[in-house]
Amino acid sequence: MLRAIADLERPTGGTLVVNGMTPELARRQRAYGYVFQAPALYPWRNVERNVMLPLEIMGLPRAERRERTQRNLQLVGLSDVARRFPWQLSGGMQQRVSIARALSFEPSLLLMDEPFGALDEITRDGLNVHLHELWRTTGMTTVFVTHSIPEAVYLSTRIVVISPRPGRIVDVIDCDLGAERPLEIRDTPAFAAIGSRVRHALHGGTPHA
Amino acid sequence: MREAVRRTLPVIVVVAALLGVWYAAAIIVDAPQGALAQLRPLLPAPQQVALALLSGILQPPNSPRSLIYHAAVTASSAAVGFALAFALGIGLAIAIVNVRALDRSLMPWIIASQTVPALAVAPMVVVVLGNIGLTGLIPKALIAAWLSFFPIVTSMVTGLRSPERIQLDLLRTYSAGSWDVFAQLRWPASMSFLFPGMKVAATLAVVGAIVAELPTGAQAGLGARLLAASYYGQTLQLWAALVMASLLAVVVVGVVDGARGVLVRVRGGRL
Repeated sequence: MLRAIADLERPTGGTLVVNGMTPELARRQRAYGYVFQAPALYPWRNVERNVMLPLEIMGLPRAERRERTQRNLQLVGLSDVARRFPWQLSGGMQQRVSIARALSFEPSLLLMDEPFGALDEITRDGLNVHLHELWRTTGMTTVFVTHSIPEAVYLSTRIVVISPRPGRIVDVIDCDLGAERPLEIRDTPAFAAIGSRVRHALHGGTPHA
Repeated sequence: MREAVRRTLPVIVVVAALLGVWYAAAIIVDAPQGALAQLRPLLPAPQQVALALLSGILQPPNSPRSLIYHAAVTASSAAVGFALAFALGIGLAIAIVNVRALDRSLMPWIIASQTVPALAVAPMVVVVLGNIGLTGLIPKALIAAWLSFFPIVTSMVTGLRSPERIQLDLLRTYSAGSWDVFAQLRWPASMSFLFPGMKVAATLAVVGAIVAELPTGAQAGLGARLLAASYYGQTLQLWAALVMASLLAVVVVGVVDGARGVLVRVRGGRL
């Protein structure tokens, strides 16, 4: 589904509107930032120049490239490793670089395809808090695909549960835990209730049971 | 200190063993004529080769017996040949990667070109080119290039195709044009494949230049030196020229490694 929004694949049927545009137009206008399952950093570029890559392709002037890159690295808290190379960073840091890179377009839409799936749970928790903060400061629409129920509940304002093979929408769940979300929110009854509803939908039970 | 010993000891042992075998072989082979003391031994002993090499190197560079002079002649045709091979190889690789039809139509010919023994064809090439007025360095460089371009094509084709799906998708989300895909992804990704190919290509360029000098009655170059020495039974001269040729190959590979080192430094320690 994410790949269809991003115009990396064609949907089998139906129409898809991305912020009022066709997916292809949205891609051509660079209206979205895409974070992949793996960081996909270019090993011959240092962190700073990796974040700069989309800006170079856009053809932005040098000064603005620098300015935006510094700002986005600051947003993900990586200003001090700007000159390092990807292989010198941990997996979590690499994925943060790739988030900074996706942000550098200043897109109106952020697409994230299981971005933290390959990371250990501690790193993943940290990045969840981080991403939530980021979302609060930028207010950017984010579509986040995950296999983790706690991650979905923690991050979302709305959860769309999709069944595997054939991919059908099983349930759409509003997730109004408020804007303030410390990690401990996962121990509250409200969090558990939404989580169990998601789990229920995933296992093919009827929603609203 | 112990670290230094641990590192150098294996090298010393291997060299000593090789020298031992060499001496033994020289004594056995040359025994009928009296070993280790002839002007034209069948198999010269190491110190005889070393002396011949040294005297060849110490000749004034304008002397026809100077190994430096002959090596320089060979090196210049090898260098021009390598430059040609580099341009041709990379050009072909880019064409093959971008045009599917060329992949199928060109690759068999490229492979076929390498199955033709250069030694058999070199005289023809030199004679044909001589008839149309091309003599001296150019025919030799062409033969060197012929041997040398193959590893560059194959390594570069592999390298240009090495980027993963996800890295290509990334550029697609930037709606990057095909020039950007080439310049920002395929080209830089190919470098770690190109350099091993270039090492092989550089040594083949030296071999090609020597082979081109062998059959053509060339006046100068290590190949000409080898031919003359073997014709007149000057085994010492022959071995000295052989060792000089391998020294030249070492230098050439060193130059490629040096270029690689520069790129590694630019890339922060990895290729």
